[in-house]
Amino acid sequence: MSYVLLRHRDIADIDQIDVYEKNGGFEAFRQTVTRMKPGEVTDVVKASGLRGRGGAGFPTGVKWSFIDNKSWPHYVVANADESEPGTFKDREIMEGNPLQFLEGVAIASYAVGANAAYVYLRGEFWQIAEFLDKKIAEMEQAGYLGDKLFGTDYSLKIYTHLGAGAYICGEETAMLESLEGKRGQPRIRPPFPAVHGLYGKPTVVNNVETLTNLPPIITHGADWYKTMGTADSAGVKIFSLSGRVRKPGNFELPFGTTFRQLIYEYGGGVQDGRPVKAIMPAGASSSFIVADDKVLDTQMDYATVRTLGADLGSASVIVIDDTVSIDWVINKTIHFFKHESCGKCTPCREGTYWMSRLIDRLQDGARSNADVDLLLNVAKQMQNKCLCPLGEFSTMAVVTGIERFPQDFRKA
Amino acid sequence: MSLAKKYPKEVKQILSKYPPEHKRSAVMPLLYLAQREEGYITKDAMQDIADILDITVTDVGAIVGFYTLYHDKKEGKYRMQVCTDLPCALRGADQFMESLCANLGIKVGETTPDGVVTLEAVTCLAACDRAPMFQLQSGDGLTYYEDMTVDKTMELVRALREAGAEVK
Ligand SMILES: Cc1cc2nc3c(=O)[nH]c(=O)nc-3n(C[C@H](O)[C@H](O)[C@H](O)COP(=O)(O)O)c2cc1C
Ligand code: SF4
Ligand code: FES
Repeated sequence: MSYVLLRHRDIADIDQIDVYEKNGGFEAFRQTVTRMKPGEVTDVVKASGLRGRGGAGFPTGVKWSFIDNKSWPHYVVANADESEPGTFKDREIMEGNPLQFLEGVAIASYAVGANAAYVYLRGEFWQIAEFLDKKIAEMEQAGYLGDKLFGTDYSLKIYTHLGAGAYICGEETAMLESLEGKRGQPRIRPPFPAVHGLYGKPTVVNNVETLTNLPPIITHGADWYKTMGTADSAGVKIFSLSGRVRKPGNFELPFGTTFRQLIYEYGGGVQDGRPVKAIMPAGASSSFIVADDKVLDTQMDYATVRTLGADLGSASVIVIDDTVSIDWVINKTIHFFKHESCGKCTPCREGTYWMSRLIDRLQDGARSNADVDLLLNVAKQMQNKCLCPLGEFSTMAVVTGIERFPQDFRKA
Repeated sequence: MSLAKKYPKEVKQILSKYPPEHKRSAVMPLLYLAQREEGYITKDAMQDIADILDITVTDVGAIVGFYTLYHDKKEGKYRMQVCTDLPCALRGADQFMESLCANLGIKVGETTPDGVVTLEAVTCLAACDRAPMFQLQSGDGLTYYEDMTVDKTMELVRALREAGAEVK
């Protein structure tokens, strides 16, 4: 099967505008602007079953249909913050196949009536931002961006904006605050960005991978897209595979591929031939899945992974083998979230602080079952009390780690 | 010299990205511009930015304090930011960091006596399949170094030291 998203692996120099054009590039955008009404584009995307790839898996066309048409202008913001530990797919898309991503931004912008779109990149993607700026300039020159596109009244500009090292800015309302020149702290919702987004105007925020799916969906149609994947999760997904596998990397595969196929067929198996002990399917925000034969043969799509007591999220699959103790793993995740908590609400700010104190104490050797109970208790107390999902994320590995791997925490 | 005088073209280009009534959005790119030469942001530069954007210097300072890639203190010429987050640590990042410390003769967070390298531990940089890895931050921007070894890293440090000596 040829690639739908990572097409640079099939076609050399697809980041060059002439090569991209020769391979059908910008035909989808031309078709939408010259032959489709914005609502028709939204209908195709709805029918395709495309779900957001940033983590939440929300249906993309449905999200677009919430945009408030009584308030103008509208904005599109592409989420290129990619900071979930274990996630490195958006980076490969932007480095390898940037024009398909930008064409996706353009299609989304047309669909929701935006004349300006921002690509918000994490600050570390400084070189990628420069590269995208160059590609945007080339698109302007070639007449794919700017005023009165394809002889119609539709105009569009795309701008890049660099963050500066803050995981929380991947959360869409924190991202909008950051883009407005403020500290990146989440807003209280509702109102949602579709009504009150960038500069208080209706805004759609979509992940890079989500947007990169749009040109092929327009070109080949919703039915084609649904031939890939499962009934619950249509199409292809880029799985970022990391941890103790022989060949870590990005693998573009249809939803419904099993964990076993991903880890053994594509990832070359576990280092030193050890058994898989645990899987974190959504990066550091994951719950732990206890790996056994049945789990390894489970299909990866949003609904099926949920039956294992975890979320597929951004499909950043971290593989942990039996040489690793889970208390060490949650030490890493707790310190990550403590560092990244934006400090706006007390349960998350204080909770991540106390969890880090407790896990340090547990690891310093003074291991006591009472401290394990206390840690579990602090994590559970935080749940459902935080202002944004980051606080909740910080508890997932702690609670499921202690509950599903008690032997790694408790003294007999 | 003020930022607007020193970089008139860049400042204008940055402001052009945002609606004029929302020019505050330009604070982040302007801070990167201010950080370009010395690798950190001076009080004067913060005042310049506040003046350009019609916000207070306290507002600007709050932004500098919130984001980890902005610095208000002079450190080593290069910040070597090694990822020791979970996926990298599962592939040996902690041991890599330990050997770097031993080879450089400094602890995490410290700067080499010649002022060339500050060693820092950071969270995931979206390069988890290429551990051990780090980014090198200087005023001019950021470069990724992936699939690294201690030997390759020490070679890079030697090259940075030589380049630094030439500049002096
Ligand atoms: C703490 C936190 C971090 C997030 N980080 C990212 C991120 O790095 N990239 C991303 O696309 N979405 C991230 N999201 C999800 C976004 O808030 C948002 O749901 C997503 O960008 C919507 O796009 P999609 O519908 O195309 O997935 C994050 C959410 C939270 C709560
Ligand atoms: S949950 Fe954490 S990251 Fe989210 S708003 Fe509260 S303090 Fe900030
Ligand atoms: S964990 Fe180090 S780059 Fe992702």
